[in-house]
Amino acid sequence: MNILFKNAHLIDPALNVDSVADIHIVHGIIQKIGRVSFAKGAEVYDLAEKIVAPGFVDMHVHLREPGYEYKETIETGCRAAASGGFTAVCCMPNTNPAIDDASVVKNILERARSVLGGIVDVYPIAAVTKGREGKELAPMMELADAGAVGFTDDGAPVEQAEIMRRALEYASMIGKPIIQHAEDLTLTKGGAMNEGFISTGLGLPGMPQVAEEVMVARDIRMVEYIGAPYHVAHISTRGTVELVRSTKAKKLPVTCEVTPHHFTLTDEAVRSFDTNTKMNPPLRTQEDIEAIKEGLRDGTIDVIATDHAPHSQDEKEVEFAFAPFGIVGLETAIGLAITELVELKVLTLSQLIEKFSINPRKILKLSSAKIAEGERANLTIVDPKSEWVVDIRQFKSKSKNSPFHGRTLRGKAFAVINNNQLLFSD
Amino acid sequence: MPLTESSRRLASRHLLGLEGMPKEDVQLILDTAKSFREVLERPIKKVPTLQGKTIVNLFFESSTRTRLSFELAERRLSADVVNFSADVSSVKKGETLKDTARNIEMMKIDIIVIRHAAAGAPHFLSKVVNAIIVNAGDGAHEHPTQALLDLYTMREKFGQIEGLNVCIVGDIAHSRVALSDIHGLKAMGANVSVCGPKTLIPREIERFGVRVHYKLDDAIRESDVLNVLRIQLERQAGAYFPTIREYREYFGITRERLDKVKRPMTIMHPGPINRDVELSANVADGEHSLILQQVLNGVAVRMAILYLLGTAN
Ligand SMILES: [Zn+2]
Repeated sequence: MNILFKNAHLIDPALNVDSVADIHIVHGIIQKIGRVSFAKGAEVYDLAEKIVAPGFVDMHVHLREPGYEYKETIETGCRAAASGGFTAVCCMPNTNPAIDDASVVKNILERARSVLGGIVDVYPIAAVTKGREGKELAPMMELADAGAVGFTDDGAPVEQAEIMRRALEYASMIGKPIIQHAEDLTLTKGGAMNEGFISTGLGLPGMPQVAEEVMVARDIRMVEYIGAPYHVAHISTRGTVELVRSTKAKKLPVTCEVTPHHFTLTDEAVRSFDTNTKMNPPLRTQEDIEAIKEGLRDGTIDVIATDHAPHSQDEKEVEFAFAPFGIVGLETAIGLAITELVELKVLTLSQLIEKFSINPRKILKLSSAKIAEGERANLTIVDPKSEWVVDIRQFKSKSKNSPFHGRTLRGKAFAVINNNQLLFSD
Repeated sequence: MPLTESSRRLASRHLLGLEGMPKEDVQLILDTAKSFREVLERPIKKVPTLQGKTIVNLFFESSTRTRLSFELAERRLSADVVNFSADVSSVKKGETLKDTARNIEMMKIDIIVIRHAAAGAPHFLSKVVNAIIVNAGDGAHEHPTQALLDLYTMREKFGQIEGLNVCIVGDIAHSRVALSDIHGLKAMGANVSVCGPKTLIPREIERFGVRVHYKLDDAIRESDVLNVLRIQLERQAGAYFPTIREYREYFGITRERLDKVKRPMTIMHPGPINRDVELSANVADGEHSLILQQVLNGVAVRMAILYLLGTAN
């Protein structure tokens, strides 16, 4: 590899870099940043109007392998990630078998290395409990040593308070977070969408906002008692934003993420009975979106993650109540974030990069990606002005379950570089 | 007497629900039903209107009354009728709704009447097949033909619906009739309220422009019509109400309760009735009960709908 990017807008919030410069990369290492008028043998690209940022991480991805390869595989998932502008993904443990044993972690890591020359780093998130059944702790220390970067029973919450307590105690020893899918299952039983005016009008059973909030509130009290890193996955309500905000004010180790669909769509979208508007947590209300945007702005919400949840067409082309929860997100995340957050002046590009790159690396203690001479080139290149129409047929993901088909977005991944590999998005 | 072809058309080619249905369309259906109601009084109760058309009654949930009413309406319009009943659970395991519908459509069906336990199933069907879809009840969403026959019955009794005070009593949250009634009644200018225990009143129902009562006497005091819904006894297990006895005590319609207001109270019920739970026998069979007229009008209203949809284009 010998590449010269000219006129790139480099933004690395962690190093206070925000300037237009040339960047010369050889064998996956950043050789020079500044004015480089000529580099012998280099492929030269003009990156005027493009942003070069530390590689983006999607810390909430369902790669579905092992066990559900008809929905997605490590290979198709990594291709989707790279195409969507991510150089790293964290894969969730609700596979079959679940990621509750070191051998599964090792297997995933090995398989990921061969995809596209390893351009996407795959970081497994292991289960908190054996088989994700919520009864006995998984071997958390072994899992961490095998390469797991965090723990979750995602898809389901860690329901029992006592199990959560023990998990937090282990997490504090290990120094890796418990990631909670916060949902009181007794309050959401049978539910298909947000509970409120729209669910009443559609006659669909509701999942109230409080089902998320009571779980977050319980967990936060326990974090305060035990002092372990705790991260709330895919927050969706105003109440959760408020809980996390007041907890952060007490300097407790609590962080959280939001998905692009939860700051873009409301439960109004369900009126169509389109099963691609069915996800868990469900689409909420405009009031929740406003609170989430405020949470992003003031730093309450640390991370944007997609909860990329592929499902086959047959699984989704059914009655709303029977459809599985979840949508794909890797290939629309950057476009939605720029359209809904940067264009609407909720976040600056620099703040957006913190949520996509700096903060998830910090929370999960991943090796950092720095835009500096001598560093490994782990970069996401974004065209923030490009206008494009989402077309699910273009997705690299094996599944096409997106509610955003046909939507015009501003901002698109342009290319990624990582592990001595370069890939352009189209 | 209905013509072979109507000069007026409904705005939609399907009947999926009453939400958003314009007042003129409701009126057109009720007016058309009136002429079919006359047909039903004749010695020969059959018209050739839908001769050559094929209708399938696709019932994924058993409902003998609704299916019989549709079937009678279809046969009286001289349509060819096919009945397909399936238990949802067996359908779920094997063939999907989409496959079932596509198979049926290969048999050149003109109209599909669908009853399904899942809200939105008729809407889904309307996107995957070309036939005209009539919703015969989808989950706790809508049951538009029931609401239209309720409206017809009220108009028959009172002359007009505008200004009428109607209270829907019972399990609003799990009812497909309540929402359709609310949409239809509001479109026609009635004042609508609902009454039941808070556990069975869905969130933010007020935003449809209805009043909510938790005390039955308050509801009765301001109503001309009580539309009493069937209480599903298994809801007790879901902690929606503590006991049948308590429910009857506080939300059951009895003669004693009605006698407290010094004017006749019209009683309706979509059936089947849990006698002496939501409705005491002497009220159900009383002189101000319209329950049997509802059944008769149901056939005429369904004839009107099938006629208006089936002869369009
Ligand atoms: Zn989750």
